Amino acid sequence: MKRYFGRKILIYLLTFFLAVTIDWMIPRFMPGDPVRNMLTRVSVNTNASAIQMMYDYYSHLFGLDMPLWQQYLSFWKSLFMGELGISVYLFPTPVKDVLLRAIPYDAFLLVPSILLSWYAGNKFGAFAARSKWLDNTISPLSYILTATPYMWLGILLAWFFGIVLGIFPIAGAYSFTMRPNLSWNFIGSVFHHWFLPFASLFLVGFGGWAIGMRNMIIYELEADYSHFLGALGAPKKLVRKYAFSNAVLPQITGLALQLGVIVAGALVTEVVFSYPGIGYLLLAAIQNQDYFLIQGCFLFIIIGVLLANFIIDIAYILVDPRTRRGMTGETA
Amino acid sequence: MGLQVENLTIYYQTLSGDVRALENATFSLEGGEIMGLAGESGCGKTTLGHSLIFLAPPMKYVGGRVLLDGEELPIQDMEKMNEFRFRDISIIPQYAMNALNPIRKIGRMTEELLQAKKVDFKAVLPELKRRLDLVKLPHDVLDLYPIELSGGMKQRMVMVVSTLLDPSLLIADEITSALDVASQKAVAEMLVEFRDQDCCKSAIVITHDISILYQIADSIMIMYAGQVAEKASTRTIIHSPRHPYTKLLISSLPEIGVKYSERQLTGIPGKPPLLLDPPPGCRFRDRCPIAFDKCLEVPPFVEIEKGHFVACWKEAGNA
Amino acid sequence: MSAQKKKNEFIYFSSRNPKLLAGVSIILLFLILGLIGPSLTDHDPFAYANPLGAQPPSSGYWFGTTFFGQDVFSQLVNGLRATFLVGAIGGGLGTLLGMLIGFTAGYRGGVVDEILNALTNIVLVIPTLAVLLIIAAYLEVRSIFTECLFIGLTAWPWAARAIRAQTFSLRTRDFVDLARMSGMRPLKIIFTEIAPNMMSYLLLVFILQFGGAILTAATLDFIGLGPTNAISLGMMMQYSVMWGALQLGTWWWFIPPGLAITIIVGALYSMNVGLDEVFNPKLREM
Repeated sequence: MKRYFGRKILIYLLTFFLAVTIDWMIPRFMPGDPVRNMLTRVSVNTNASAIQMMYDYYSHLFGLDMPLWQQYLSFWKSLFMGELGISVYLFPTPVKDVLLRAIPYDAFLLVPSILLSWYAGNKFGAFAARSKWLDNTISPLSYILTATPYMWLGILLAWFFGIVLGIFPIAGAYSFTMRPNLSWNFIGSVFHHWFLPFASLFLVGFGGWAIGMRNMIIYELEADYSHFLGALGAPKKLVRKYAFSNAVLPQITGLALQLGVIVAGALVTEVVFSYPGIGYLLLAAIQNQDYFLIQGCFLFIIIGVLLANFIIDIAYILVDPRTRRGMTGETA
Repeated sequence: MGLQVENLTIYYQTLSGDVRALENATFSLEGGEIMGLAGESGCGKTTLGHSLIFLAPPMKYVGGRVLLDGEELPIQDMEKMNEFRFRDISIIPQYAMNALNPIRKIGRMTEELLQAKKVDFKAVLPELKRRLDLVKLPHDVLDLYPIELSGGMKQRMVMVVSTLLDPSLLIADEITSALDVASQKAVAEMLVEFRDQDCCKSAIVITHDISILYQIADSIMIMYAGQVAEKASTRTIIHSPRHPYTKLLISSLPEIGVKYSERQLTGIPGKPPLLLDPPPGCRFRDRCPIAFDKCLEVPPFVEIEKGHFVACWKEAGNA
Repeated sequence: MSAQKKKNEFIYFSSRNPKLLAGVSIILLFLILGLIGPSLTDHDPFAYANPLGAQPPSSGYWFGTTFFGQDVFSQLVNGLRATFLVGAIGGGLGTLLGMLIGFTAGYRGGVVDEILNALTNIVLVIPTLAVLLIIAAYLEVRSIFTECLFIGLTAWPWAARAIRAQTFSLRTRDFVDLARMSGMRPLKIIFTEIAPNMMSYLLLVFILQFGGAILTAATLDFIGLGPTNAISLGMMMQYSVMWGALQLGTWWWFIPPGLAITIIVGALYSMNVGLDEVFNPKLREM
């Protein structure tokens, strides 16, 4: 188990190192002058000397006046001190604060939609493997759902429930007329705004998990241990239970592998619903060429995904005895 | 008592049509008898063994009946058979190495299996431990996961689990083929020990390896291309077989211990017929040195001496 | 089994598999639409053709017009071209890289495998879209080909993993041993002995990469990082949301592009399931 964990952590550290390096490298090695690009946006109403001042300030912030290796080291240093620069788009708020404000919304949207879609998808997928009839209804539906681009399902839901039926709001995290407070009214509004983005993330994810589980459980039901139970006259219930608990293992690994796709889905869903999480921020940052904010969002996403991977690894060890007993078992 | 099989016919459904894997098998097994079931690959011995306990698609029941201790087994009814499986008829499968759920401790799996069969695990536990001693497994295997056991240990564990409810009939499917020679002998002897201790009344041992049968079987039944050819005591089959196929089979063994499936049958030209559309009559006809007109009809399986059955027209007159 | 017989069997089962046939027909239909569609309309996808602005489908504008009076049909069929390009080139590149890395790791084993495997795992963990986002964000001019390139360069890891596992199981087979003993060079063994035995598997990988590339491209385009010199289905959705198609109820603007992607990707999945049944006799229904 130690070996298993050691390997995992090494991979995560390497990944983090690589990601930070990419984050540092891209603005410096891309064609064009990032600071100049950034300022062309802001400069519309400012005079030339002010622009020069800002140019110097940002060049310094980027560290562009230092040798490369020093730039790289100081990038790491400021990273560890939590300094991610100042947002241009939300000047003069530090990027760190902008991100911290967005985190709760992302957690509130992503955690329930990932966990519930995974759970429900597994249940329904196992259910589909029970009979031809269920398989012929659940499986095609799941394939359609998983083939749907996240943003399009979001657009459809927003249009149908928000505009045509008018029963759900389609923008923001709570009503524009309210200020955050701890009243039932406000909490109700938060859930009201959360529902559609949650539903679109849930549905697309659900389709993928249902298909995965259906295929895995059919495979497990054909495994030797299932046949042996059958030959000993064990009830179908027990056979299915064993097949399910074996089929869940690759689904846990799959969850780790799918995180990138889910995060991408969340980004565009937030854009559709103007939901103030990282995805929405990122769009604004891109449109405003706010490089510090883009860098910050990227780092935030990487850290979030690595953390989630780590949690999934622990969950996997808890579920699969083979990794616990020092056997290699399945390597994710 | 024991097992009576009458005219059992089982086909395999495939896309190209029915494969007639077992046709009109009729034989019986005394209580306490260990019968070896042998023949080349694809002769129907595995089909016969499996159809008795778990007749699942693509296997298809076509006809015949099976009586165990005087009671008819509903072999074609997957649901009804559940009452009989494990309690009255059980199996040590060929895939014993992978027969245990990889993510359950062996003890817990056994407990859950017994519970599902409405058997009190606590009451069985002392007997379970006694049998672990019998097959020389330490008691703490119950706290281990299958991957923590060696192949031979898993084999013996499956043997213990299969026979825990003292079935009347045990089907042992190629239980030695995955093991090295030393373990083969040990496992085979354990099977005899189990029978002697009444862990199972009688057993059908399906194998490629006649030398194993020579050590442990009371009788041997030979099959060819989906038909039963000959059944007699082990001595008789080895030393004075009557069916031309058995004769060739036994004589082609240069010494006990060679698996005949690995060798071409010397002196018998041709191959077994395809069972998708087999020729009428005796299926050994085309390769038989003594075949004659009569062989266009299926020969009856007749008792020529006490306990010695042969399906051959040349012998039919001796009955 | 002889190659000829195998081929015949493949054709026999393929032509009787409804999932495969349906998938292939749909893909072909959309491909043809993308190829000849642009010549069926006089309107440039970007031209402000309709002075009345957003109008529902009519005989003049089959799929209606956008807020700016652009022809939705023209945008759709031109966008389809981008979709197929991204799928074929991006997905193809992803498959090629996956093959290269998977074959090498699986065939060589040892240290090479350890390193490539670590690399694969790292790229697998990084949310590749985030990397694509920041790269795209810094590029001022982007073409469909750069998009394909980026997608291909980030989409290979799972394909590499799958191909590595398959190669692993193949490399110990007799025919590979024989080739090795007869002094064949590793590269030749991979391409003459191993790859042909995995053809069916590689085809399935390519189809999935194709679909994945289409979905990734849609995401990039929707965030506004699509090609700067062309139209795509993702960009149509982006513009429709940006210019209030939802609030204005101009459904003909945002339904066609998303629906087209869903149907194409769904058809690819259907093809995949169908091919899987054709290649694996076990999955064929009795």
